[in-house]
Amino acid sequence: MPPPVDTKKVNTDLFALTYGSIISQLLIDCENVDEVNKQLDRMGYNIGLRMIEDYLAKSSSPKCRDLKDVAEKIQHAFQMYLNVTPGVDHWSQANDEFSLILYSNPLTEFVELPDSLQTMNYLNILPGVIRGALEMVSIPVRAWIKSDHLKGDHETEIRIQSVNKK
Amino acid sequence: MAGMIDDSVNDFLHIELVDAMPDKVEQIGYMTGYRYVERLTVDMLRFQDEELDVMKFICREFWSSIFHKQIDNLRTNRSGQYVLHENRFRFITRMSNGKQYLELMPKYLAFTCGLIKGALADFGINATVSGDVTKPPACIFNVQIHRGINV
Repeated sequence: MPPPVDTKKVNTDLFALTYGSIISQLLIDCENVDEVNKQLDRMGYNIGLRMIEDYLAKSSSPKCRDLKDVAEKIQHAFQMYLNVTPGVDHWSQANDEFSLILYSNPLTEFVELPDSLQTMNYLNILPGVIRGALEMVSIPVRAWIKSDHLKGDHETEIRIQSVNKK
Repeated sequence: MAGMIDDSVNDFLHIELVDAMPDKVEQIGYMTGYRYVERLTVDMLRFQDEELDVMKFICREFWSSIFHKQIDNLRTNRSGQYVLHENRFRFITRMSNGKQYLELMPKYLAFTCGLIKGALADFGINATVSGDVTKPPACIFNVQIHRGINV
């Protein structure tokens, strides 16, 4: 008899491999790498729109008071969905901008990025998810990958900037 | 090292995949299944009776690792055709229990058809896989194995 399968663990593998397959397919279909980045961001945005409902239902968290609070909730959401806790750092002086620092994450577990793809943001789905989710709770932000572990940077940094909040 | 993640993450990615790249869903499932089986069988011994054992593996270990349950029924005519009966298919359970959305449901089977096909390909088995929604959320997957054709 084969050994019992650890379903939680393989789920992570399934997720990472599915995401990897999507990227492979996008690289075949899209004309250039910018297009891949854009498509990933768009997919993430759509996921974020749905995911926020799930997050609010599961965490029953109240309305965010300020951006510090937002950062904490995002941290919590990462913990909940990807089982990693990103660091929150590099606040701007006006407290309207911060960075999420990812030291490791399940999506890049099997990934090596060739030199020819240095302009691709492998994790570009994440800023999209964050932007989409926050938009649904009336917190418009811009989010982008600032540095990427896969490209030799020390860690992966997602920059989040609040826009025209009144 | 990542531990467990929430099932809903996979579900959200799947929904968006079906929406954003409808023509490529099966191909992406194929790539995923092919690689996934490599990971899943790392500690396993070689199968005795290749074809039937592989199909049993798909219905038990493979299926439960993805959907937390085994396939409900496996039938075969012993000449390369297998029918997998799934009574509660996760990707359509939340859509409807009746005929509503029936025409939309096949889209949500394509990824899994690809998964099965890719998994079989990794075992060196060339097959055609198609899915049919019978009575939501029940569905069947038809596997036709092409023998004597090299992959």
